[in-house]
Order: sequence, then C-alpha cells, then structure tokens
Amino acid sequence: MTPERRENKRDVIIEVTTNLMFPLILLFGLYVMIGTGGTGGGFQGGTILAAGFILYITVFGHEKGREKMPESINALFKSLGLFLYNGAGWICILFSMATAQWLNMPAFWPVSDFVGVPVSRSFLVGYMISVGIGLTVMASFVSQYFDLAWKEEDEMGGGGE
Amino acid sequence: MLLVEHFPVIIVGLSMFLAYTMLLAGYINRRLPFFMSLAMNFFFLFLSIFVLNHVLTEGPIRYWQGGWRPPWGIEYVVDAMNAYLLIIVISIVILGLIYSKRNVEFEIEERKHVTFYTLIQLMAAGLYGITVTGDLFNMFIWLEIASLTAYALIAVAGGRALRPAYNYVIMGSIGACLYIFGVCWLYSATGTLNFADMRLLLPLVYDNKAVQMGFAMIVVGVMIKAYIFPLHLWQPDVYTYAPSTVSSMMASVHVKVMFYILLRLFYSVFTLDFIRHYIGLDLVICWVAAAAILAGSIWAIKQRNLRRMLAYSSVSQMGYILLGVGLSPLSPWGLVGAVAHILNHAVGKGCLFMCAGAIRQQEGLRDIRDFEGLGKKMPHVCAAFTIAAFSMIGIPFTAGFASKVFLIIASLDASQYPFVAVLLISGLLNLVYFWRVIDRMYFARHRGADDPAEAASDAPATVQEAAPSGPSNSAKSGRPLPLSMIAPILALASLCIILGVIWLTDIPSPLINHILSNLRMEATI
Amino acid sequence: MMEWIVQHFLEKYNFWIAMFIIIIGLTATIVKKNFLKKLIGLSIFQTAFFLWVVSLGDVGRDILTSWGLKTQTPPILWMQAAEKGYIYANPLPHVLMLTGIVVSAATTAVALAIVIRIYQKYGTIEEDEIIEKEMEFERRGVL
Repeated sequence: MTPERRENKRDVIIEVTTNLMFPLILLFGLYVMIGTGGTGGGFQGGTILAAGFILYITVFGHEKGREKMPESINALFKSLGLFLYNGAGWICILFSMATAQWLNMPAFWPVSDFVGVPVSRSFLVGYMISVGIGLTVMASFVSQYFDLAWKEEDEMGGGGE
Repeated sequence: MLLVEHFPVIIVGLSMFLAYTMLLAGYINRRLPFFMSLAMNFFFLFLSIFVLNHVLTEGPIRYWQGGWRPPWGIEYVVDAMNAYLLIIVISIVILGLIYSKRNVEFEIEERKHVTFYTLIQLMAAGLYGITVTGDLFNMFIWLEIASLTAYALIAVAGGRALRPAYNYVIMGSIGACLYIFGVCWLYSATGTLNFADMRLLLPLVYDNKAVQMGFAMIVVGVMIKAYIFPLHLWQPDVYTYAPSTVSSMMASVHVKVMFYILLRLFYSVFTLDFIRHYIGLDLVICWVAAAAILAGSIWAIKQRNLRRMLAYSSVSQMGYILLGVGLSPLSPWGLVGAVAHILNHAVGKGCLFMCAGAIRQQEGLRDIRDFEGLGKKMPHVCAAFTIAAFSMIGIPFTAGFASKVFLIIASLDASQYPFVAVLLISGLLNLVYFWRVIDRMYFARHRGADDPAEAASDAPATVQEAAPSGPSNSAKSGRPLPLSMIAPILALASLCIILGVIWLTDIPSPLINHILSNLRMEATI
Repeated sequence: MMEWIVQHFLEKYNFWIAMFIIIIGLTATIVKKNFLKKLIGLSIFQTAFFLWVVSLGDVGRDILTSWGLKTQTPPILWMQAAEKGYIYANPLPHVLMLTGIVVSAATTAVALAIVIRIYQKYGTIEEDEIIEKEMEFERRGVL
C-alpha cells in the first residue's frame, strides 16, 4: 500500500539554502502581513509564514519539523490568533456596553492615545486583527501539512479550519 | 442600545472563542472541553430566551457591526423567525452534547475527543451565525464554517464513513459555491448584499435575467445543502455511517438551518410576489415537494439498515417543509406548517437517531431484522422510539400530527386538493416502515417464517445496503445504557407529546403571528 | 448584427471566459472517477468563479468603446491618482473573494485529508475500485 521508507538522501546545497531562507521567508511573511500599512493583510501573510514552515518540513523531514513546531505550540498559535482577532471585537463590545452604541472598531481612542502614536484611527485594532488572522492561518496550514504528510496508519483526517 | 441587543453577537462570537479555548483546555485535562462546551451552551440558551422575549415585545433587533450603517456594513438582524430557530438550535445542541458524552467514548478513539468537541462547538457556532446574520455574504461564511466542520465530523468515524464524507465534501462545496455564485449575480444587478436593502432594490430589477439566474443558483445551491429531492444523493450514506451524535445533530438542526436560508431567500429577499407572479414557481415547488415526500417514504420502506431508513425518512420530511413553503403564497397556513414542522421534525428525528445510536451501542445491532425482543432489553429506548415514530407518522396529539394538520388546512385553504391526498398517503407509508421496526421490537416472532419472504423481495445487495448481521455487528458495549444517554432520548420523546398538545392549543399563536408578520406575509391566523 | 455580437459577446468577454472555465471545472468534478481529479476540478471551478466575480469590479472609463475595454486603477488609495481623476476599480468584489479564497483553501485541505485516509484504507483513489473493495470487505466482514 504505502511505499517502504527510504533513507532521506541528504543534500548539502538544499539544506544550507533552506537554513538560510527559512528566517527570511518568515520575515517576508511578516512584512506582507503588517508592513507599510499592511498591504497584504492577515491571510496572505499567514500563508507565506506557513510556506516557510512547509519548506522546512519538506526538506528536513517530519521529526525535525516537529521540533520546530511542536503540537502544543501549534495549538497555542491557533488559539492565540483567534483570541487576538476575536478579542479585538470583544474589547469593543465591552467598551460599548455602557454607552449608547456599538463602538466603531478603528476609533479605539483610549489605547492609541496612550501608546503615543499619531492619531491614525485604524492603527492598533487593524494590526491586531491582521496579526491574529495571520497566526491562525499559519498554525492551521502547518498542522494540516503535518497531518497530510505523516505516513502513519490510523491518522485523523480533517485538520483545522 | 440595550444590553439584550448585544446578545446575538455575544452568542456567535463567544461560540467561536470558546471552541478554540476548548482546544487549549484539552491540553490541561481531557475531560474539560466537554464541560466547558455544555456550560457555555446552557448560558447561550439562557441568553436566547431573553432575545426571544425582546423580539416578541419590542420588535426585531438590528445590530450594525463596527458601527458601520447598512448597506455598507454587515448587519445582524434577529426577528421572530430567527429567535425561534436560535432557541431550537441551541436546545438540540445541548441535548446532543449530553448524549454525546458516553457515545463518543464508545465510538471514537480517545485521542480524537478534544478535537471532536472543538469541531462540534465550531459547527454550532456556524449554525448560530447563519441564524442571526442579516447579510448575504456573511451567511455564506457561516454556511461554510458549519459545512466544513460537518465534513470533518463525519470523517472522524473512519472506516465506511470516508467515501460518503468525500462525496459530501464535493457535493456540499459545489452547493455552497453555487450559493455564492447566485449572491454575486444578485450583487451585480443591485450593488448591495444586505437582506433589507436588497428587498427594496430587487423589485426594480425583477425582469433582469441576472436576477433570475441568481435566484435559480441560490435555490439549487441550498437544495444541495438541505438535501431536497432530487439533490439529496449524498445524504443517505452520510447519515448511515457518521457517528451517532453527528447524525442526530445534523438531521435535527444542521439541515433545518440550511432550509432557513431558503426561507430567508423566499420571504425576506425576494418577496412572494416574485415567486408567484414573475416566475410562477409556487406550484412547481409544491409538486417537487410532493415528489420528495413520496419518493423518500417509498425508498425508506425498502431499507434494512435502521439509520439508512431514517435518512430516507428525513428526505421525505424535508418535502413536508418545502410543501408548506410552496403553499404559502396561496395560504398563510402553509408557512405555519413549515415553521411548525421545523421544530417537530428536529425533536422527532433527533430522538430517532439517538435511539439508533443507543441500540448500536448497547446491543451492537444495525439491521432491523435483528431487533427481536428489543422491547424487553431496552425498554426506555424502545418506548421513546415508538413515541417519536408516532410523531413522524402523525398520530393525534403528537407533534407531527400538528404540522400535518396545518399543511392539510393549507392545501384545503389554497384549493390544491392533490396535496391532501399526498399527505395522507405519506402518513400511511410512514406507518408502514415505522411499524416494521416497532413490530420487531415488541412483538417478537419466530424467525423462520419471515426470512425467505424478506430475502426474496430485497433488491440485490449493493454496497449501499446494510452490513449483514454477523461479525461486523459485534461491536457493542454490553453494559446497560448510562443515564446521560437515556435522558436526552426521553426528553425529546416527551417533547414530542408536549409539543403536540401545545401546537393544537392557542399558546403559540402570538409567536406564529409575529413570525408571519416578520416574514412579511400580510395575513394572520 | 455587428452590434448584437459586440453587445452580447465582446463587451462581456470576461464573463464568457470565466464561465467557460467554470463549466470545465464543474464537468471535471462530475465526470472524473479519480478523487484527486474531482478535487482539482472543484478547485478550477472555484478559481474561475473568483475570476468571474473580481471582473465584476470593472468600472473604469472606456478607452476603446467598440472593443469594450475599460481602464481603471487598482483599488488602492493613491493621492496623486485621485487628484488626476483616475477611477478606481470597485474594491468590494476583491475583498469578498479574498474571503472566498480562504474558504476554498480550507475546503481543499479537508478534502485532501479525507483522500489521504481513503488511500491508507483502500490503497486506491479510483471510485469504482473503492466500491469494489468495499463490497469485498463487507463480504469478508472486515469493515
């Protein structure tokens, strides 16, 4: 059914290149996510981050990839991302329960005044949501790749969202 | 803005928040996610009762996300129909969770439990989201969340559930893509995605071919999701092989919420005017519904696997709701029957699927021919099965009788007499296939006289037929059923009778009148 | 005659092309027996659908009326372009389809996971071979 395991043939060029490129891919993903006013947005940046991890797992194999992203840290990132982008909404609901209306999310004045950045309305909340989405997307794609690429019997299908 | 107006968004947002918290909590303690989920869903039920109260006394809740006014922002609208459906969905999710605790320990491996409960909570979040949203694209998002988690939940069972799960993935994705395709056709003609705004703009463009195409595509897409005949082909395999909790939850609420999308489309986006006068589709819908009712019942008679029989029975019950919707341009009782049947079928079919799971867990039986003397071994479950089956058949003073009565009144009111005959015949057909099971359970007969007759009359066994009784049926727990599984079954069965009596009195009249006026039917009962 | 062709075909060439690819994808999903090919067909269907919707945002000024080409800038707020009077493409279809792409990716991931498990269990991903294997497993009482 499944082909018998071959020893992974190690190639110096591919390994060195991946070792060099992996942090640069992650940095580029962060840039796409929030750099220069957040041109890419959450999903795109998260996908590039996940692509970096997937490259690492493809080249170095499943076990060493697991060292870079253990299962519990993966779940932590999934949930952390969701807490960030859901939490942005929750903060606004909590602040607007006492007042008359549902607060405009970018107009989250108290925090941006405190941080001291120029009054750019969508600064903090927009970035928070982007980063949250990006983290969840990255963690989901990496965990799906682990599930799909693991050649063991009796593996659960249907990874994260 | 009152506190109660925040509740729909709190229910939906907190569901998603909770699902991922459960994922983390699973690392602390394996049993924690179940209790968290149960506690929070009880809290949501509590909130949704306040929502229903507010909607009935003061009017619909309109909630603008982020303060952006519609039609540019996403709006959540909760009126009487939404609040009613929300309470039904939350209640059935709670009952399903209580049932699932011991069932999941029996059917699914230990290491998958945390992700199973997370997926169930995510599916519940998706269903709550579809119920409360007021924006067409937002509805697509929640629809996909509910569907993707359902695909994964069905595939958790492994084994024979994998190919039907893949089938469902492909067909369900085509359905959802057709839905959003239709929405984009409507967007191209009107420029808005909000329900209320589209309702104002559409009458200006009814003759536009794009609008009619959009309507057709949305209807076909939702028909695939809500397994309305003839687009139901993925459903029987899926309900037969999925885990019992998932089957019962999907048959009770998942499909109802998909049907609710159709209701919203017919009443709040396109008025009944469009369906009756511009494309003259209302009688066609009625005849498709009649075909669904009869075909589902006839196929159910042929089945030997209990859950496959219940799955085909669900196809026929969807026909009832569609018949009510189709008769509603001519008579408001049609919509009353459809809305009533949403609740009655959820209660009855949920109970039946839970009984099937319980029978499989305790005795290891799937095939109807093996149910000899089950009435003595599992008295509570069989009693509940009988009551729920009577509700499906339409015996007086059960819930199903009420919705049948409303539909018959609707057909007489609309002067469409063939549908009265269809409803009565389908009651008889339901009686045939349910009585087979009840007969086997209670009035045990000697095996020899029956087998040749049954074996000769069955169609040649294809893969879709049940596994023959033998070593494959032997997985059973052998212990008596725990209370946490019997309690929801008995609760649902007693609800069948209680609701049956309530529907016949005057108590639900204010709710029904509010639903009718919120869905813009200018008639009251 | 020429106006009929121009009005119905040339002005709406984007919709025709996208619809053609949608039909190809849908046909692949329905007709092919291999599970992966079905999934590829679904992916083609969804991608062409995104193309259809994004091309709805085409609202610029006509530069060649007879050929139906329009000109507009991408929907990014650029002060110099706004001062010169350029028209922006409608950003709403772009944003909606970003979400659609995410949904499509998630669906593909779930479907691939199920295909992997089917392959582990049955050793094949052709639909008719799987049905035969199911019947064989059922006869032997394995499943």
